[in-house]
Amino acid sequence: MINANIPSETENAFTAGIFQDAEFIEDLRNQMLKFAKMQVRDSQLAEDAVQEAMLSAYQNIDRFGRQAAFKTWVFSILKNKVIDLLRKEKRHVGVEQLENGPNTNGEALIDNLFEENGHWQQNERPKKWDQPDHGVENEHFWRIFDACLNALPEKYGRLFMMREFLEMDTPEICDNEAMSISNLNVTLYRARLRLRECLEDNWFQAERS
Amino acid sequence: MMKCKEATQLLSEKLDRPLATKEKVSLAMHTAICSPCRQFGKQMEEMREISKRYIKGKDATTK
Repeated sequence: MINANIPSETENAFTAGIFQDAEFIEDLRNQMLKFAKMQVRDSQLAEDAVQEAMLSAYQNIDRFGRQAAFKTWVFSILKNKVIDLLRKEKRHVGVEQLENGPNTNGEALIDNLFEENGHWQQNERPKKWDQPDHGVENEHFWRIFDACLNALPEKYGRLFMMREFLEMDTPEICDNEAMSISNLNVTLYRARLRLRECLEDNWFQAERS
Repeated sequence: MMKCKEATQLLSEKLDRPLATKEKVSLAMHTAICSPCRQFGKQMEEMREISKRYIKGKDATTK
């Protein structure tokens, strides 16, 4: 695969080196694959999207000078590919069909968090999160964040990622998933409740004790 | 008077749609006197920031 855009070493030795850094590339590929697979149900399609994003990056490598900028950029390519795939997947499997596993409807969690009168249970009241330089950047935090995302019921995770990672707007998600706006909003609410709870229990509070 | 359960839902929905004036007012009245819900509101925004970083800056500080 020879492309005129591939820089010569004299042009930019560092960026050219990115693709020779096997460990960096493998690591990046795994992260991208995980990201794509969380959102695209067909894992072959997810792998193809990652492949295409990598290829596209390779062909335009001369535009990037630092590994961090490179990652951001490769992920933005991947993000667009994932959105395209989700559009194609549209309604093949509506989100309604994903109601599976425990805790799906979210009422149980809501009952745990709030008293019957609608106020917070004493020990469930949100406490201040230490922010942001206090550890949020570190690897351990991201492992917990990953675990909490994965622990979300599939429907919650999918909608949450469409909104927060892919930054799709409400009409687009509703159209794609064949759901009403109010259903989307309430599902996002439940997803955030669960995710918040998980982060608080496993990171923000655990760290303190 | 709005309950925490409704307030938290609005604090989430605020990220997804513009609230109606009436909702804004009741929410403001509620959060003025309810510190757990104020925290909750901040955390909703923090989770959005964290999600952005998850994709964008996640590795910027470790490499």
